[in-house]
Amino acid sequence: MTLASPIQALSITLANCAKTWPDGTRALEPLDLGVRAGETLALLGPSGCGKTTLLRMICGLEETDAGGSIRFGNDDVTRVAPEARGVGVVFQGYALFPNMNVAQNVGYGLKIRGVDVETRRKRVMEMLELVELEALAERRVDRLSGGQRQRVALARAIAIEPRVLLLDEPLTALDARLRQQLRVDLAALLRKLGITCVIVTHDQEEAMMLGDRVAVMSAGRLEQIGQPETLYREPASPFVADFIGTLCRLQGSVVSAHHGVESLSFRPYEIRLGPPGNGLEANIVARFYLGSHIRFELVLDDGQPFTALAEPDAPWQPGERVAINLTQSRTAKEPAPC
Amino acid sequence: MTHSRLDTRLGLTITLAVTAFLIGPVLLSVTAGLTKNYFVGLSSGLTLDWVVQVWDLYADTIWRSYGVALATLVITAVIGVPAAWVLTLFPGRLSRLLEELLTLPVAVPGLATALALIVSWGSVGWLRSSVLFIVIGHVLFTLPFMVRAVRAGMQGADLVVLDEAAATLGASRRRRFFDIIVPAARSGIVTGALTVVTLSIGEFNLTWLLHTPLTKTLPVGLADSYASMRLEVASAYTLVFLLMLLPLMVGLQSFAARTTRSGSISLGAST
Repeated sequence: MTLASPIQALSITLANCAKTWPDGTRALEPLDLGVRAGETLALLGPSGCGKTTLLRMICGLEETDAGGSIRFGNDDVTRVAPEARGVGVVFQGYALFPNMNVAQNVGYGLKIRGVDVETRRKRVMEMLELVELEALAERRVDRLSGGQRQRVALARAIAIEPRVLLLDEPLTALDARLRQQLRVDLAALLRKLGITCVIVTHDQEEAMMLGDRVAVMSAGRLEQIGQPETLYREPASPFVADFIGTLCRLQGSVVSAHHGVESLSFRPYEIRLGPPGNGLEANIVARFYLGSHIRFELVLDDGQPFTALAEPDAPWQPGERVAINLTQSRTAKEPAPC
Repeated sequence: MTHSRLDTRLGLTITLAVTAFLIGPVLLSVTAGLTKNYFVGLSSGLTLDWVVQVWDLYADTIWRSYGVALATLVITAVIGVPAAWVLTLFPGRLSRLLEELLTLPVAVPGLATALALIVSWGSVGWLRSSVLFIVIGHVLFTLPFMVRAVRAGMQGADLVVLDEAAATLGASRRRRFFDIIVPAARSGIVTGALTVVTLSIGEFNLTWLLHTPLTKTLPVGLADSYASMRLEVASAYTLVFLLMLLPLMVGLQSFAARTTRSGSISLGAST
């Protein structure tokens, strides 16, 4: 049993799954969702959109409303208790057991399964090697750094050879720099494991890096599901377009006078600034130097605001007037609701 | 700097004054228990006769008090810790109501609770005459303290998430309770235990009504000796009481301090 060899991956199929709280609030509208065997699906959305509820339904910590069903492969697990579902879960705050050291945490699920001491010890070390923590096996969990805790939680979740792996905001508790690094590590590890994985995040960059596909959620609904590139290039709704990167929209007479269309939408990097006197013009309100580029906040003469990204040597300053040219825009393809 | 030094001195003086006020009478009483004749004063000489007399007359009440406190502790822990966990797991109007109900015996005078117990169970002869009757009274009175202390410990530690984590790893509810919840809530449990033992050993109100001549506890014996013996004997009783109680209290306190400080010593969960 080594983890270098891929785990037998199972698909996850949710059909007509909804969640209503006892007070009548709808946390999730009925939805169908399929996660392919071995795939990593990122559930992306703002807080309160129902993504964590959906994850908790998959691991059995919340029941679906009547009529919903959840299957792992061909196995219907809708009414199966979490302890019998065989899921590995990494919780947002990691939920490491404070009364156990690192090795005991990782080995707990195996101990529950009655695995003998020797096999357990081997397996725990194997897991700790996988997350590069073998030197800290005996350490108390409150003596670990945030990144180390995250890796212990991950090792604990995969030690039981779960049928599916579920991660709830696994990197949110960490600081920005560490998050960048662990994102790369986590992506590599998930690929190596080959396990079916659902990861909840509110960070679009994280979702796009970790997810083979990304499901964008809003207000208890599934807005769009697809590969990161598809979501970015062909957002199915204005919400998706806004949530995946920044999307600027301009409309009205000023726009139509210059472009012959009623509205334009574009990404901030799809706009070029130039000396005034050449097409549509705007006033610079603010300038933020960000190292690799400069972010300008601008307004059109009729007051419509938008954002533009320019090369780091762009000379314009707030208060100046510039001409704007779009290198690419979705004049015809104004995102329509799906 | 002078400011803070002045503050420190002032604080120290006040603390010492309050301590002297609290401990003074106890010390006087203890001295009385060691004096040959308190009315003559220390000049009459010191003696251990009164202490020996107390021991001869009341040793059984001391052991009984320990027994009652221990039994009360075991019962309140066995009922109180799971109860606190259930209240934590299912917060809501019902659990708030239950908790209020549980606290009732603290607010109601001990005598009233005792009377209620006698009215309901007094006719059951073997129970009325057994120490168990006193233990029941003490459990009623101390259980809320145990539940409150354990709940406070549980709420601080975000145990519901730990419980969910253990569930996804395959642990049954009972297994989770013993493996995760009890160890993680132990500082609350120790605090609760300390309160229960202290309250039980010193409990007089309830016990005074519930006891029979054969089931006297230490505080009841103390009252008895105050009422019927020389002042020196009663004072010597106080001394014995303190000698019995102090090591226990100090021991429990230091255990409590150790568990709270060392946060995560491993308790039984070995890989």
